[in-house]
Amino acid sequence: MSQDIRTILKKAFPAAIVEQEAETEDYLEVRPGEWFEIATFLHDTPELKFDSLQCITGVDWGPEAHLEVRYNLHSMEHKHKLEIRIVLDRTAPEVPSVEKIWRVADWFEREVYDMYGIVFTGHRNLRRILLPDDWVGWPLRKDYETPETYHGIVVPKIKEEWE
Amino acid sequence: MGVLEHKFQDNIVVASVDKLLSWARSTSPWYFQFGLACCAIEMMATAASRHDLERIGMMPRSSPRQADVMIVSGTVTLKMGLRVKRLYEQMADPKYVIAMGSCATSGGPYWKYGYHVLKGVDLVVPVDVYIPGCPPRPEALLDGLLKLQEKIRHERPLTRKTGT
Repeated sequence: MSQDIRTILKKAFPAAIVEQEAETEDYLEVRPGEWFEIATFLHDTPELKFDSLQCITGVDWGPEAHLEVRYNLHSMEHKHKLEIRIVLDRTAPEVPSVEKIWRVADWFEREVYDMYGIVFTGHRNLRRILLPDDWVGWPLRKDYETPETYHGIVVPKIKEEWE
Repeated sequence: MGVLEHKFQDNIVVASVDKLLSWARSTSPWYFQFGLACCAIEMMATAASRHDLERIGMMPRSSPRQADVMIVSGTVTLKMGLRVKRLYEQMADPKYVIAMGSCATSGGPYWKYGYHVLKGVDLVVPVDVYIPGCPPRPEALLDGLLKLQEKIRHERPLTRKTGT
């Protein structure tokens, strides 16, 4: 990421960009509040023009720590990249949805919701995408415990004796 | 058929109805055409021209109503587990199940940490033949299918219930 992108963003959204110790890092940390406006800005501004959202990643830093969402953006026109990180509260993880800006975010956000339980507010169809609708819990969280049964089917067999 | 054997002209075979039925069943077990994971590729290879399942009387059917054998080829997730059970229930008797590959037999590589994987398809449907391998080669699948045919051939449908 070039310094220009950082400067442009800091000028436009001075309150929403989290200060980083090392500015040479290849990502930008953003507060969740203004994320939708920032995303619109990233997509629409001619000198940025991030027209491609390549990936949305969820991260769980452990039961005592926070959750995180990462967005990998790419511009087809300017051929530059940007990684956005948003730190979220573990008890109520909510972040504005960017599904209306990049349509591909529809399924990305559903997958992150499916695995981490991060709610994307404003998403028009936020359902589980891979797991069944009646699944309980968020499997990729570190404190997730595998259920004993699913619809009467035993999930874990007795494994201690096997090893 | 000791006494009656060789008493008639050629092309007349004397057999009990029981044996005839089980012979007919064993030589044409049509299998249900569905694949779940990478094992399905091996199943397709077995059905294709090199190994040619039709030479042992097996052909794929796209409906559970017309199928006799269900080859569970691949990882069964819990979501799919319910559907596999439903499909098995839709098949007409006599019906047989083959658990192909380590995922279908025991959960395979997911047996310890796979929160979403059914640890063996025998938890939802009764299995006749287990084929190990990850995935099993077509030869292994063929061997399993021949074992199943052998099992069917030794059944006596009129005197005993199937599968017992």
